[in-house]
Amino acid sequence: MKKKELIPGLILIAALLVLLRYLELHISPQSQWAMLLTVLKKGSIYALVAVSMNLLNGFTGLFSLGQAGFMMIGAYTYAVLTIPAEQREMVYMYYEGGIIRFALPSIVGIILAGVVAAVFAFLIGLPVLRLKSDYLAIATLGFAEIMRALFQWDTLGPLTNGSNMLRSYPTFKTILYPFIVSGVCIALIVMLINSTYGRAFKAIRDDEIAAEAMGINLAHHKRIAFTVSSFFAGISGALLAMFQTNVQAKSFNSAMTYEILLIVVIGGIGSVTGSVISSFLFIACSEWLLRFLDETHVIGDVTLPLMRSGFRKVVFSLIIMVIVLFFRQGIMGNREFSFTRLFSGRSKKSKGGKADE
Amino acid sequence: MSNDSVLRIDNVTMQFGGVIAVDNVTIDVNKGEIVSLIGPNGAGKTTAFNVITGVYAPTNGAVYFNDEKIIENYPQGKMRTMYKGENQGKYRQVLSPTPDRITKLGIARTFQNIRLFKSQTVFENVLIAQHLRRTSNLLSATLHLNGKEEAQMRKDARDLLHILELDDVADEMATSLPYGKQRRVEIARAMATKPSLLLLDEPAAGMNPQETDELTAFIGRIRDEFGLTIFMIEHHMDLVMEISDRIYVLDFGKMIASGLPEEIQSNRRVIEAYLGGAVDE
Repeated sequence: MKKKELIPGLILIAALLVLLRYLELHISPQSQWAMLLTVLKKGSIYALVAVSMNLLNGFTGLFSLGQAGFMMIGAYTYAVLTIPAEQREMVYMYYEGGIIRFALPSIVGIILAGVVAAVFAFLIGLPVLRLKSDYLAIATLGFAEIMRALFQWDTLGPLTNGSNMLRSYPTFKTILYPFIVSGVCIALIVMLINSTYGRAFKAIRDDEIAAEAMGINLAHHKRIAFTVSSFFAGISGALLAMFQTNVQAKSFNSAMTYEILLIVVIGGIGSVTGSVISSFLFIACSEWLLRFLDETHVIGDVTLPLMRSGFRKVVFSLIIMVIVLFFRQGIMGNREFSFTRLFSGRSKKSKGGKADE
Repeated sequence: MSNDSVLRIDNVTMQFGGVIAVDNVTIDVNKGEIVSLIGPNGAGKTTAFNVITGVYAPTNGAVYFNDEKIIENYPQGKMRTMYKGENQGKYRQVLSPTPDRITKLGIARTFQNIRLFKSQTVFENVLIAQHLRRTSNLLSATLHLNGKEEAQMRKDARDLLHILELDDVADEMATSLPYGKQRRVEIARAMATKPSLLLLDEPAAGMNPQETDELTAFIGRIRDEFGLTIFMIEHHMDLVMEISDRIYVLDFGKMIASGLPEEIQSNRRVIEAYLGGAVDE
């Protein structure tokens, strides 16, 4: 981000946070606008995981589908480490209170969620990053599924509570929390992309053979991208755990990975701001705006056909097909949204996207 | 081995199953020379390049760079190893010869089919080569604490483009340039890794006569200005004869001739290989 853009950028971020706080204080939970707050919270969390996936798929050219798995590792790490000691007896009721007897502060839990996910990524990356394109996707998807089964395994119950829910850990006190954590993380990812390492990632994406001939160690750089991406997926997993107020392994299924992939594709592969915009759009549609499709509507004497529970998914699938057939670039293509460009109307390639969401 | 030997390919054989692509070939390239490798299609020229740059491990033989053994054949079933810094039979460092390590040693290459980073500008293409000399780690680079290094990288890339007269296209997308320019950008990108030996794989392929003339001047210039040694594969005989100090000729993986351009021009076996069949007396 250029110095000239820094001050207006900071003012914009501050204004956004004030607006969010205002909305939170003035929308009552009973009003129909309460859904807006839910969408904003969940959207900010998905924005982070979508950008982390874009770092891998869009900027390094590694087609990985393990994101839900790393989110789950992050969510569990956070939940397991932050449940208050006096609550553990109740949460781990089938496992005599579990093996962990202490509770860490929330922010430490979030960071450790990222670290644990990154450690898993580093280890699984050693063998699977030798694979290319589709094979890497299959291997990472398989890894995520294995982890999901493993976390529900009875023998690990004292740690993961088996297939039972983890709850009672600290959650969001304000809507600003997910926005600030996600915002800082996305800003870090953007800074990485704009660094010399980011340029190396893009070189690998464009042409592996030429990148290697430029002295870029492929294995090393792929491992970095994979580990960093998983670190931030782990953090978004912790945020999702806080948002949901309970964690269960079975919710982190492959459908969740596809949702994230969809957000990345709709936003534009290789565009950070595209991922952020499409996260909010996607969550708003799936949680709120398209809900009416799942309800039965009667106009006069006629019951509208097709409108029943599950129809939303059909419409979603159609949207995906239309995007893949006609708008392969997504919302942003590989460009970045920038206010300066919006106002000056120039099409100069922007450096350093706005990471204020 | 002479004192100013830069590259020595020593009895290298490269076998793929039943096909012997390079058969017991020895090539010497000395400092400051422009040496060409010519031969009909499928003679094993690019394979020889791929052995030098660590893409393939040779079936037999060794490659020396500045009198240090960098690539060696390896016994069946053992990991291939590269010895850097040979010291009376003792090896300081054992590395596996991946292309990125060869580049770090100071051997840069271009490709037969241009391989520019297509989503990036000419400047960014050249800037990527600066990555291999980074001293910053992931964290300091991400937090942009390496401002000085970053500025130096950008300055080096700008300077190089200026010297190579490419600054007018610096901010254009690399793949939107005309073919001849793309070739020059690819050479510039290889130069940005600051090599002492430059390998050019058919730099004039697909060029018209005027572009070829420009390229001939360009190659001669970078050799003189950067004190480079150049080893190239080429089909354009005008270019080869004009610019080469020495020429090696491969046919079906075997070295059939080597020598000065005049000697090669009148060599019977070379003419046979190129025209096919025997040449009448």
